Amino acid sequence: MANFIDRRLNPKDKSLGNRQRFLNRAREELKRAIKEQVKSDRIADVDAAHGVPMPKRGAGEPTFQPASGSGAREYILPGNKEYMAGDKLSRPQGGAGGSGKGAGRGESEDDFQFILSREEVLDLFFEDLELPDMVKLNLKETVTYKPHRVGFSTAGTPTNINVGRTMRNSFGRRIALQRPSEAAVKAIADKIAILEAEPNLSAQERRRLQALREELEQLERRRRRISYVDPVDIRFNRFERQPLPNASAVMFCLMDVSASMGEREKDLAKRFFVLLHLFLTRRYERIDIVFIRHTDEAREVDEETFFYSKQSGGTVVSTALEEMLRVIEERYPAHLWNIYAAQASDGDNISGDSERCAALLRDHLMRLCQYYAYVEIIDERETEIFGATDNGTSLWRAYRTVDGEVPNFQMTRISRPADIYPVFRKLFTRQPAMRTRK
Amino acid sequence: MARRSSSGLLFDGSDWNFTTLSRAYDAIETVALDEMGLDVYPNQLEIISSEQMLDAYSSVGMPLMYQHWSFGKRFIFEDHLYRKGQRGLAYELVINSNPCITYLMEENTMAMQALVTAHAAFGHNHFFKNNYLFRQWTDAGSILSYMDFAKKYIAKCEERHGLRAVEAILDSAHALMDQGVFRYRRPPRLSSEKVRERARERLEYEEQTYSDLWRTLPLATENRNPEEAERDASERKKVLNLPEENLLYFLEKHSLILDPWQRELLRIVRVIAQYFYPQRQTKVMNEGCATFVHYTIINRLFDQGRISEGAMLELLKSHSNVVFQPAFDDSRFPGINPYALGFAMMQDIERMCMEPTAEDRDWFPSFAGNGDWQGTLLDAWANHRDESFMLQYLSPAMIRKFRLFLLSDRATDSYCEVSAIHNERGYSRIRSALAHSYDVGARQPDIQVIDVDLLGDRQLRLQHNVKNGILLEESTRDATLGHIRHLWGYDVSLSGVDAGTGAALYECSTAQL
Repeated sequence: MANFIDRRLNPKDKSLGNRQRFLNRAREELKRAIKEQVKSDRIADVDAAHGVPMPKRGAGEPTFQPASGSGAREYILPGNKEYMAGDKLSRPQGGAGGSGKGAGRGESEDDFQFILSREEVLDLFFEDLELPDMVKLNLKETVTYKPHRVGFSTAGTPTNINVGRTMRNSFGRRIALQRPSEAAVKAIADKIAILEAEPNLSAQERRRLQALREELEQLERRRRRISYVDPVDIRFNRFERQPLPNASAVMFCLMDVSASMGEREKDLAKRFFVLLHLFLTRRYERIDIVFIRHTDEAREVDEETFFYSKQSGGTVVSTALEEMLRVIEERYPAHLWNIYAAQASDGDNISGDSERCAALLRDHLMRLCQYYAYVEIIDERETEIFGATDNGTSLWRAYRTVDGEVPNFQMTRISRPADIYPVFRKLFTRQPAMRTRK
Repeated sequence: MARRSSSGLLFDGSDWNFTTLSRAYDAIETVALDEMGLDVYPNQLEIISSEQMLDAYSSVGMPLMYQHWSFGKRFIFEDHLYRKGQRGLAYELVINSNPCITYLMEENTMAMQALVTAHAAFGHNHFFKNNYLFRQWTDAGSILSYMDFAKKYIAKCEERHGLRAVEAILDSAHALMDQGVFRYRRPPRLSSEKVRERARERLEYEEQTYSDLWRTLPLATENRNPEEAERDASERKKVLNLPEENLLYFLEKHSLILDPWQRELLRIVRVIAQYFYPQRQTKVMNEGCATFVHYTIINRLFDQGRISEGAMLELLKSHSNVVFQPAFDDSRFPGINPYALGFAMMQDIERMCMEPTAEDRDWFPSFAGNGDWQGTLLDAWANHRDESFMLQYLSPAMIRKFRLFLLSDRATDSYCEVSAIHNERGYSRIRSALAHSYDVGARQPDIQVIDVDLLGDRQLRLQHNVKNGILLEESTRDATLGHIRHLWGYDVSLSGVDAGTGAALYECSTAQL
């Protein structure tokens, strides 16, 4: 006698733990793959890429496998139709001769890919990054509100009437108070009409007609008394204003596009700003971004122009800073806005202007700004010479003095595309507390 | 009810319930044991849903399995294929244990449940209990309790040492699973629950009484003269019992860096690899035996009038799907179907016992025409694995029926050559080549530990005996060597030596990676 056991009611997710382990593992691998992808030159693609295939490393299970392209093998195959011993056949592509060992399960399992959405990619990409010092402490008046649906209310403006809820109430009330329906009224009216159409009525019929008329009268009175939609039925959508933490912030992107910036330098600078732009638009819903580019004169431009149009000329860095000051005064009063700035340049400047820049920063801008990041694009060969020393271009040397005096100032150098992401992470890593630096 | 019992049918229609299941089981059991002379473990049949079947798939078919991400990967993969409709699920799954556990899918019709019961609960079950490989190399009685122990032990390790540490060891151990079996020497029996319990208790006692102070004592070996040390090393090499083919066993016993719990993990992986090794060597026989048994039993029940014609048609359809063998140039060709080959060979043996031709008598004088097909088959099932079974029983008639031919493929040539076909001159060539292709030991790369330089850089030296010039895939080879290094603790080198000529073919080491 066999022992039958019904296991269907047993918990189904026996391998749930295994699945979670796999997904966690995959997540780590994906993060690594994305970082590598960024290093290997394809920053702008991050936004465009809608999927990242599951990297084989980490999810792969290597074993010793015979190499397919070596040695002598013998295959036994069924279904010979025409071959005789000694026939020579050209080697089939994809190996029908491979007779399915290896060609089956193993390969397809490796082909198996995870596709991440763009959102997920960006989330992984900007994990743990944040603008420093986001909240200005003295800004009570800039607290903003956002309307937020919270249930229903009995009072409100007509535009907010919730029709569904109102009609449901009305229907319930009509049933409860037994308001005569349209059909009931019509049925009696029809009967009356039939009786009235009769030319000569018997006494009994006449009494009936009378009764019907009274009934109809009563119904209609009732219908008038119990209205179809009563004010008590009406419901309005209710909104509550939810305070949002003050996050009115503006980021100034300052880029040098002068002639001294070669294609390579411009490319690097643009990559940096693309990354910054992506980061800001992704993380902060309501942030203003101001693009300023300069040669020997600076101009505020729109995003399109900033990233894609070409311009060239001499170099006066202080014009950009002055332009930034002008925009701040005009549109972004410092007591209302968190102000951030990132500047990219190759460090070349007209003689004497660098000191002016440093002074501008020290005396004006750094009093207004929450955070200022300076990124210098240098030649790869120069990296070795300069390293982490204070030596360098005139702008670098001038900014070094600012760096020593002002806490919220950061400066760093980039020489290769691979540097961008690490530098970016360094500049915007979430800080444990405000102003931990210095 | 009255109608059914009067007509003698076991079941009617496609719905099943536990009454019809057990009635069918009893009828099948009578045929299997009394007429076919099968000998089986007690059966335990479990009804499961498709999701549970996917679970079982991903944990290599064991009802109890420790947790590891690779099983999750397999689950997602199988689930993906199943949901896209690219792959159906098996109707059943059977576990080599005592009692023998068979999973039946709830979606099966009653006719299918009967077929599956005959196939798994009697066919596979008989094979597991009687085949010499399973009898000698696996321990059906204790595997379930061992898996229970393994699962709990690994969960405990994860708690104590962290998920990552356990996963790292398991990853490396899984990479060596194919090299973690004893091929020629019989593995020691699984120790009983009690013995394992004692060993664990001893280990825990040692951990509890461990005093860090002892570590600060100067080692006696440091001041010994070099001669003595050298003698010691050569002695130790002898003790290491080199060369050793079972890499996992070697690492478990002799790794220089592993903690006791890590060694236990290696042991668990090794035991599981060893448990499945006979199944891989008897794929054709195992499936052939089960298919032959269900075919015989179902036909017998039909002859007795206990299965209706409608159900019989359904059964024959799924039977012929299972034993379908597309030709090599068919786009559906996945290789030789073990069900088809095994079933056809067993039918062929039955035919040769009962109605032999002159050719059969010539080739198989020992059993052709002996009139006892049951006995001949029982003997074959008990005493062979795929390779020897082919060599003993593949008849010229079978080779002609399958129209087998032999294709030689040298990587150095731009063509393949047909070296033998199904004719008088080719029979024995094809037979031995087919048998050889089912020899798991010959198919897998032969990699052994040959030396450990314990005095010097402690490098572990492995040797790959290259057969027929077939090298290793380089990327996976290097990754796998990395895993060995992880378990060994020091650099590992692998040298490829031609098995025939002894010429060195390649040399690589984790130091260069």
